[in-house]
Amino acid sequence: MQSWGRVPRARDQVALPIHWRSDALPRAAGRTLLPYGRGRSYGDVCLNEGGALLVTSALDRFISFDEERGLLCCEAGAGLDDVLRLCVPRGWFLPVTPGTKQVTIGGAIANDVHGKNHHRAGPFGRHVTRLELLRSDGRRIVCRPGDEWFEATVGGLGLTGLILWAEVRLRRIASALIDVETLRFEDLDGFLELSAASDAAHEYTVAWIDCTHAAGRGVFFRGDHAREGKLPDAAHAVRGARLSVPFDLPRAALARPALRLFNSLYRAAHRPSRALVHYEPFFYPLDAVRSWNRLYGARGFFQFQCVVPEPAPLRGMLAAVARSGRASFLAVLKRFGDLPSPGMLSFPRPGLTLALDFPNDGAPTLALLAGLERAVLDAGGALYPAKDAAMSRAAFAASFPRVAGFKRYVDPAFSSSLWRRLAA
Amino acid sequence: MNALLFGATSLIAQETARLWAARGDGLFLVARNAERLEAVAADLRTRGARVFTRAADLDDAALHAALYGEAAAALGSIDLVLLAHGSLGDQLQCQRDFAAAERVLRTNFVAATSLLELAAARFEPERRGAIVALGSVAGDRGRASNYVYGAAKAGLAAYLSGLRNRLAKSGVAVITVKPGQTDTPMTAAVKKGPLFSSAATVARAIVRGVDARQDVIYAPWWWRLVMAVIRAIPERVFKKLSL
Repeated sequence: MQSWGRVPRARDQVALPIHWRSDALPRAAGRTLLPYGRGRSYGDVCLNEGGALLVTSALDRFISFDEERGLLCCEAGAGLDDVLRLCVPRGWFLPVTPGTKQVTIGGAIANDVHGKNHHRAGPFGRHVTRLELLRSDGRRIVCRPGDEWFEATVGGLGLTGLILWAEVRLRRIASALIDVETLRFEDLDGFLELSAASDAAHEYTVAWIDCTHAAGRGVFFRGDHAREGKLPDAAHAVRGARLSVPFDLPRAALARPALRLFNSLYRAAHRPSRALVHYEPFFYPLDAVRSWNRLYGARGFFQFQCVVPEPAPLRGMLAAVARSGRASFLAVLKRFGDLPSPGMLSFPRPGLTLALDFPNDGAPTLALLAGLERAVLDAGGALYPAKDAAMSRAAFAASFPRVAGFKRYVDPAFSSSLWRRLAA
Repeated sequence: MNALLFGATSLIAQETARLWAARGDGLFLVARNAERLEAVAADLRTRGARVFTRAADLDDAALHAALYGEAAAALGSIDLVLLAHGSLGDQLQCQRDFAAAERVLRTNFVAATSLLELAAARFEPERRGAIVALGSVAGDRGRASNYVYGAAKAGLAAYLSGLRNRLAKSGVAVITVKPGQTDTPMTAAVKKGPLFSSAATVARAIVRGVDARQDVIYAPWWWRLVMAVIRAIPERVFKKLSL
């Protein structure tokens, strides 16, 4: 069991499958525990080298669904795909979704994930109305927004105990389609203008940036749930992967010319347009390709996601990335709104968030990441643990000033590779 | 469709029931542990099934007849019976302690014969219905590592074959399911190799096979080929293999 970025690789982990929410936590002689959903976070937040992983894939049952109020209660190992399969045919949608539906509800809470509607809806944790925590001393704690245990557990990186189940408030939809407008911009200022003009009027906004160009040209997407249309039946609510990457690509496939070509083709393929598209290609384009992480080769890849209060430092960062020639396929830029996050360690906060990925070339990649980290900290920004394998302890402390208060809620039997690396 | 499920908290039964629940079927669930049973029932209800439950230890055959009566009363009628309860046991313990071997035989075979006869008695005069029971590829050939469990499942397969022969002229379907190695709580202690399937994959094969009224379902299908090869190995060679 590894993370999606495959850096670092954890050795000596014991898998302890959790099958029933009524059971006690399993014991693992001398090993610390960490919940593990589908391993879709990127760095080491879901890893526990030398420890044990509480595997929640079988803890995936629905508990109740109030179709009038849109309140869904389910076990923490249920995936966003499971939720969509149940809810979309009945006219409900996830209140917030990250870029893959292959994550569990427990993982979405523990990382307090965000999506293209952050400016309207805030992070995932704002839509959780209740959850139950199982502690290693056997204590079961049902907590709600406003409770200290809730604030510690949302964004709590899986360290406050095992989330057994949660209740989430869904969002009404009339159609499975998204009304999407695609626009282009030539530089960062172009993005800022589009974002300022779009965020008030559209539920979903996000931009893709061509990191092989220092100026930051890109494509801007803004969308809304179609106001009328047809809901799919259960069999067609969720699409599976249609393509697969069956082996690790050689690193040469990501050489500079290939990346430039890919980015140019991607831009060329996205002409300004307006269309009704199924929610899957809009929210989850990469879910169509199983094991896409193999595109980065056997050495894996780093993700880097930051938020900075003002756009200025992004110029230097984008220039540094373009100069390095290590630019990624999928650079994503979005403005976060100012709705507060409920968690003590929640990542989203007002500002601009930039997500990048870099194939793992060892030292030069780490040097680039260190430079980006410096720029973020100088700007008073923060880094995202769910996507991190490289930040420094200082960066973690600066990103999460409430970490000292959070430590009181960490279960003494729980730990993770990330936690030991950055805070413990 | 209305189905009566024995061993409803087994992962394969749960995954199969999820597919039936999505069709809006009526389900009467029987399992030993009441808390787990309620967790499975709530899940199936949320997915759209009409669900009823009864906690019972199926090793006690005296309870069996009443369960059929209760299920028929709750559901209105029973169209299908799924036998999914089972226990792998511990082979070494079965060798040392007859009581352990007897428990494995009772759960996997003896209790099944009582439940199957009651299903047959109900469906035969009605000239309709389906009886589905989970056997195992382990019953296709005895192996040193689990031959007590394998013998129980082999006995069950022979029983089902005879029952199928008897009920064929009444139009009652008797369906033997032989899952291969499946990643479930029952196999939690077994090291997982490349031949392991998910319970969801096995469940899809079961639902497809039951819809088609297939006599013997290997799940996934390619276990039919694997077991044909394994059965074809001459005994004088097979006995020397470490399996």
